[in-house]
Amino acid sequence: MIDYNKISKSPVELTKQDFVSDQMVKWCPGCGAHAILAAVGNVFPKIGYRKENFAMVSGIGCSSRFPYYVDTFGFHGIHGRAAAIASGLKIANPGLSVWVATGDGDSMAIGGNHFIHVLRRNIDINILLFNNQIYGLTKGQFSPTTALGTVTKTSPYGTIEHPFTVSGLVMGAQGTFFARVPDNNIKLMTEVLYEAAKHNGTSVIEILQNCVIFADNVHKQVTARDMREERQLFLKQDGPMIFGKNRDKGIIMAGNRLEVVEIGKNGINESDILVHDQYSTDPGIHRMLGRMKLPSHPVAMGVIRSAPADTYDDLTEHQIETAKKTSRIQSVNDLLRSGDTWEI
Amino acid sequence: MAKQHDVRILEDVVVKFVGDSGDGMQLTGTLFSDVAALAGNDLATFPDFPAEIRAPHNTIAGVSGFQMHMGKRKIYTSGDMCDVLVAMNPASLKANLKWTKPGATLVIDSSTFEEKAIGKAGYTENPLEDGTLDEYHVIKAPITELTKQSLAELGVDKRLAERTKNMFVLGLMFYLFERDLEKPLEFIKKKFSEKPKVVQANQTALKAGYNFAESTELIKITFKVDPAPMKKGLYRNITGNIATAWGLLAAAEKSGRPLFLGSYPITPATEILIELSKHKSLGAKVFQAEDEIAGICSSIGASFGGSMGVTTTSGPGLSLKSEALGLAVITELPLVVVNVQRAGPSTGMPTKSEQSDLMQALFGRNGECPLMVMAASSSANCFYYAYLAAKYAMEHMTPVILLTDGYLGFGSELFRIPDVKDLPSIKPPMADPNDTNFKPYRRDEKTLVRKWAVPGVEGLRHRVGGLEKTNIDGNVSTDPLNHQLMVNIREEKIGRIADYLPLLQVQGEPGGDLLVVGWGGTEGALASTVSRMQEEGHKISHAQFNFIKPLPKNTREVLMRFKKIVVCELNGGQFVNYLRMLFPEFTYNQFNKVQGLPFHIQELTETFTKLLEE
Repeated sequence: MIDYNKISKSPVELTKQDFVSDQMVKWCPGCGAHAILAAVGNVFPKIGYRKENFAMVSGIGCSSRFPYYVDTFGFHGIHGRAAAIASGLKIANPGLSVWVATGDGDSMAIGGNHFIHVLRRNIDINILLFNNQIYGLTKGQFSPTTALGTVTKTSPYGTIEHPFTVSGLVMGAQGTFFARVPDNNIKLMTEVLYEAAKHNGTSVIEILQNCVIFADNVHKQVTARDMREERQLFLKQDGPMIFGKNRDKGIIMAGNRLEVVEIGKNGINESDILVHDQYSTDPGIHRMLGRMKLPSHPVAMGVIRSAPADTYDDLTEHQIETAKKTSRIQSVNDLLRSGDTWEI
Repeated sequence: MAKQHDVRILEDVVVKFVGDSGDGMQLTGTLFSDVAALAGNDLATFPDFPAEIRAPHNTIAGVSGFQMHMGKRKIYTSGDMCDVLVAMNPASLKANLKWTKPGATLVIDSSTFEEKAIGKAGYTENPLEDGTLDEYHVIKAPITELTKQSLAELGVDKRLAERTKNMFVLGLMFYLFERDLEKPLEFIKKKFSEKPKVVQANQTALKAGYNFAESTELIKITFKVDPAPMKKGLYRNITGNIATAWGLLAAAEKSGRPLFLGSYPITPATEILIELSKHKSLGAKVFQAEDEIAGICSSIGASFGGSMGVTTTSGPGLSLKSEALGLAVITELPLVVVNVQRAGPSTGMPTKSEQSDLMQALFGRNGECPLMVMAASSSANCFYYAYLAAKYAMEHMTPVILLTDGYLGFGSELFRIPDVKDLPSIKPPMADPNDTNFKPYRRDEKTLVRKWAVPGVEGLRHRVGGLEKTNIDGNVSTDPLNHQLMVNIREEKIGRIADYLPLLQVQGEPGGDLLVVGWGGTEGALASTVSRMQEEGHKISHAQFNFIKPLPKNTREVLMRFKKIVVCELNGGQFVNYLRMLFPEFTYNQFNKVQGLPFHIQELTETFTKLLEE
């Protein structure tokens, strides 16, 4: 694989404080976005690049105010286009660590096309997808991830649209990195963001984010602290897929589907439980893990997929370097004089 | 061998090659033009291909053409009506006879005039026999048959033999115009170097066509076009789209900012995307986006990242880019948007040319959203105007829309090759590392231009975006007075570019009875009409605008010195209304045509004559 990763490291150790901007954070009190900002503050110094080498790009929505709150280079774009803007930025300036802050409306609806194509191209950017299943900034309309039947301002009789599963869309678009985290687990979020930064290619981190005003508790069944051991499966590379307060439940492959089993019952023991391989290039099990939902299954958290593949930006650099070495055209003057010309 | 014919010396001549889509007319026309250029003629060409990729064989819809105009004097356009028409089948004759001058020379492949093809072309009788062509000087020969015979000894297959008939007719044409075969033979060798059999077949057919013309009594008059008095230098033939691509590459090299093109294929602009994709050795990064919006947004991202961002499109694509253009305006980032205009509205007529996107370029966005608008006016000067569009975009930190059109883009003419070192300098206002004075919207007093602060450079961290910002500091703001200030500054910043623009030139006397005004791609037709009428003694002059927003500073002075003004456009009257808005003190006549066709000298002459007589 080609790897042109050339982002320069900071000569001094940075802290969380180094990335705090002078702008007042204007999200609602209790909004899940605050936790994401905290996790980003944790992880940027840990990644270790110079401050100047981070760039935050966003579209429109509550999530998209993010760049103003991080003391790096920032670009607040237009609705749905963050992935396209970030693509140009990363290809043009591969020495940057580019982060996109976006929401379910911004990326799944108006920006759906850019979202799938950035994944297909595997451009080395990191996408923080704030999934609160609602349009917050426009005050409460349903989004492409809103559950079927939900009553919102524009669905007073309940929605009649089938929602997207973010993981399904990411893997359908041949995404190489997908992780999921709840907004109330900053420690896990920090770990996952670090993994995303290390991954060469487009990383999507779906954050189950609570909108306290327009979709309060929408993820509660999954994320409530007192239930999380039972309802979330925390994935670790090479670790068995075991969950439950007493770590007595696990996931096995039963035929062509994943099934929850109790360890110690019906002759099942730990060695029967699937072991997680986030680096597998075959997305089969990653797809199934992403799709698992309550009540039959726990919801998978952590890095579900992190498959190695060439990135668009590396391949771009490679083609340019090769052409520079081999082409007879080394300047515009050479080009102007190439082919058929004549002296008059 | 003694030549048993007369020679006619021509000042200029329009030649058109027409045939079925698969007949190789584009190659034939190109080769014929290259040889004319080598012989020192000035020239302009225009390909006229069908909208369909492979229309049904022998139908009018499948006719493909290539027109060229060459002369010993300055050639402004690819010509209106042709003097010599080469028609390879009945449909192409039928479709083009109305564009052929009375008494013109017709070179016709009579092999193809069999019953079925004649019927498919819409003729009820064979036009070669029913008197249709009595007014013309007809050179007819069974070209397909003769080609097959000439290749019989080479043992090439029937299909290749048939496909080589274009070279036979080209050989005949070279005899008709007294050109020698050395250059075309060499070209064929180069073009098909991988396929020796094809080289041999094409070369044989070319020579056979020439010899056939020479040894039969078929041609009684040959034509001679003497070299034009051209400025000394190195020349090449170039289309507007290639010239645009190269101008952009030159600007990137000169400015030191790498070129990034984000673009989506669309006729007639695609050629620029294709051309720039080839030049990775010059560091050009080309991103074929998933749609027009991603094309412009990726370019804005690249500009933010320190590259010279460019996006290329045609009318419908510009519509899709409108919102993002506003983003480039409010973030005050450099961006070149090339719009190769075509006939609209909506999908319209993609392969036909028009100037109907001017109002869209000027005003087609939400909010008070000023940007620079300029236009190239010949295929070759697309190079300079693309270069200048990039220069102004970077030096003035603004999006620039460069309007060309399908006619310029597809058409070609001679291009005197410049040395990049002689092109005007480009000095983008880069912010220095750790500039403690840096603020996102702190401006140069004279130009109102902000600094370009590239991510990755130490000490320049900042945020920009689509929300209104405070002047200087660049913080999000909805303050009413700040908004008014920013609106005023953005407009004034574009206005001040006029201080750096060349003045409007007048072709002819600076005052008189009639000023012919045009903009962009109509320059050739307007200039040649006006120059002919000036020779006849009329007090007529011509001014062609390349800079539209802002206008050149002397615009009012130019307009005020004429008794009458006529603004000629290939649209319903967009520029004339812009002038009416800015200079209401003048009375404007207008001449508009919206047919997907360029102006013809005849209709212009009639219009101007009438205005002069009134």
